[in-house]
Amino acid sequence: MGKVVIIDDEMLARSIVKEYLQQHPQLELMAECGDGFEGVKAIQQHQPDLIFLDIQMPKINGFEMLELIEHPPAVIFTTAFDEYAIKAFEAHAIDYLLKPFDQERFDKAVAKWMEQKPAVIEKSTQELLETASHSPSQSQRVVVKNGSKIKIIPAHDIFYLEAADDFVKIHTQEGYFLKNKTMGHFEQTLDEQQFVRSHRSYIINIQQITRIDPYEKDGHVAVLRTGAKVPVSRSGYGKLKAILGI
Amino acid sequence: MSNSPLSANRFRLTFGISWLVLMADHAMVLHYFELPWKEAIIDSCISNGLLLLFCLLIMNTLRYYLPQKEQLINIFAWCVTFSIVWLVLTKWLLKLSLGSHPGYAELLSRSGSIRFSIAFLLLGCITMISVLWQTWNMQKEDQSRKADAEKLAKEAELFKLRQQLQPHFLFNSLNSINALIGTRPAEARKMVQQLSDFLRGTLKKEETQWVTLQEELQYLQLYLEIEKVRFGNRLATVTETNEEVQQMKLPALLLQPVVENAIKFGLYDTTGETVIRILTSKEGSELIVKVSNPFDPETSAPKQGTGFGLKSVQRRLYLLFGRSDLLATEAKGNIFTTIVKIPQVSDTSQSV
Repeated sequence: MGKVVIIDDEMLARSIVKEYLQQHPQLELMAECGDGFEGVKAIQQHQPDLIFLDIQMPKINGFEMLELIEHPPAVIFTTAFDEYAIKAFEAHAIDYLLKPFDQERFDKAVAKWMEQKPAVIEKSTQELLETASHSPSQSQRVVVKNGSKIKIIPAHDIFYLEAADDFVKIHTQEGYFLKNKTMGHFEQTLDEQQFVRSHRSYIINIQQITRIDPYEKDGHVAVLRTGAKVPVSRSGYGKLKAILGI
Repeated sequence: MSNSPLSANRFRLTFGISWLVLMADHAMVLHYFELPWKEAIIDSCISNGLLLLFCLLIMNTLRYYLPQKEQLINIFAWCVTFSIVWLVLTKWLLKLSLGSHPGYAELLSRSGSIRFSIAFLLLGCITMISVLWQTWNMQKEDQSRKADAEKLAKEAELFKLRQQLQPHFLFNSLNSINALIGTRPAEARKMVQQLSDFLRGTLKKEETQWVTLQEELQYLQLYLEIEKVRFGNRLATVTETNEEVQQMKLPALLLQPVVENAIKFGLYDTTGETVIRILTSKEGSELIVKVSNPFDPETSAPKQGTGFGLKSVQRRLYLLFGRSDLLATEAKGNIFTTIVKIPQVSDTSQSV
């Protein structure tokens, strides 16, 4: 037995997957979702073994939705035409269905999923998400989960980022949000002209800096518009000077 | 291979008359220096006849060989050489035919430098005229070639701009049809028909063809029907127009990418029902089309929404009208509006 969830914003696209699923009585359809928010809820509620996931969906796309789930289930992506995503799938040997697809192709994807070990699948999914987060659209914003609520933070609304154990604290007007990622991840995905890693544990949005003061021996501290003080290491000071042209 | 200046009628006439004047002048000057009319005319014919031959030779040579700017010094050298050769030949011929006339030999040797100067000036002028003529011709050809190339590139670009919009819509529509076939075959059949009509419309219409707003809206309706099957009751559209505006003209297939952009922006930025409004009006002599969609101002970066679709429309308007102020967008509250202005061109039977 396997539990399945379908996530696609087009009703007819969901219905064709549902139809093809009838040939696999060992798979039980737990839920159908029309967007990523419903998707996150359904996955938490049903803990499915396999999800069919569209990429282009309202508000948050398929990749952003998966990022919000701690241990994502195995995924078979369904997409009509998305060159960027297809490149990412190919790079990580992840199976995907190109719409429209027939029963035969669908069966093949399911058979391939059954052969693979869950641990292998989870690893390649994580790698895929890392690649996908470098896409131009995803560098413009960060999607976080705040309790049961999902929050989309446009990049320009971020004041600064702070390392906190296995998480990164994203400081904004509305307080901070936690995201289960590394500082290196954000350093690479956010626009490097706008976000500078000022310190091992800090990344600053340069738009927010009002001044940089000396601090203790040879350290500095950046003072933000909100009055917050963010540590700047010696190498961080060099980077800031270069990008601010001072 | 190009023509020489002599291929132009007006130039040929001027050239002939000038030559006759020159010959008459030459004879008269010699007569003034007390040479009898007969001898003066023979002298003039021989000298100027030979000079004419040299001129024709130069003009003809320059048809095949046009010197570069830095080789103009060569031309000067040519003219000097030709003039010397001409002088030697002329003197020899004149001595042969008129040497018996008393005092002629002395006149000939004394007028040598004047004859040389005149020949040099004439040959120089003819050479300059020829070079300018050829250069001008080459530039003219160059320009028409460039214009042709630009026209081709423009057509190719317009074609490409249209093509790039299709795949996502096309494959998703086919996927919807695929789903309908199993459960609702009649609807599947209807959608195949709509999709075919839509695609045929895309293929049939030339990019530079003008259609009435009425035709464009009918075509748009096909597209909207297909999208409504895909997105079900999440998508609603409102179109406001009137008789007068419907008869105004616009380049074919201009509005579909604008509406496609509004649908994508609306549907992917909100989770509820999306209402797309299409408002048409007339302002002065321009047709104004406003397409609006809801969006979420909290999560959308201000620049978002001017995606590929709108950029291609803007580029197309620029290629067609040479203006970049015909497409504008504005965000008010949670409504994003794209405004397209279409100037009414008086002669719309021809391509723009």
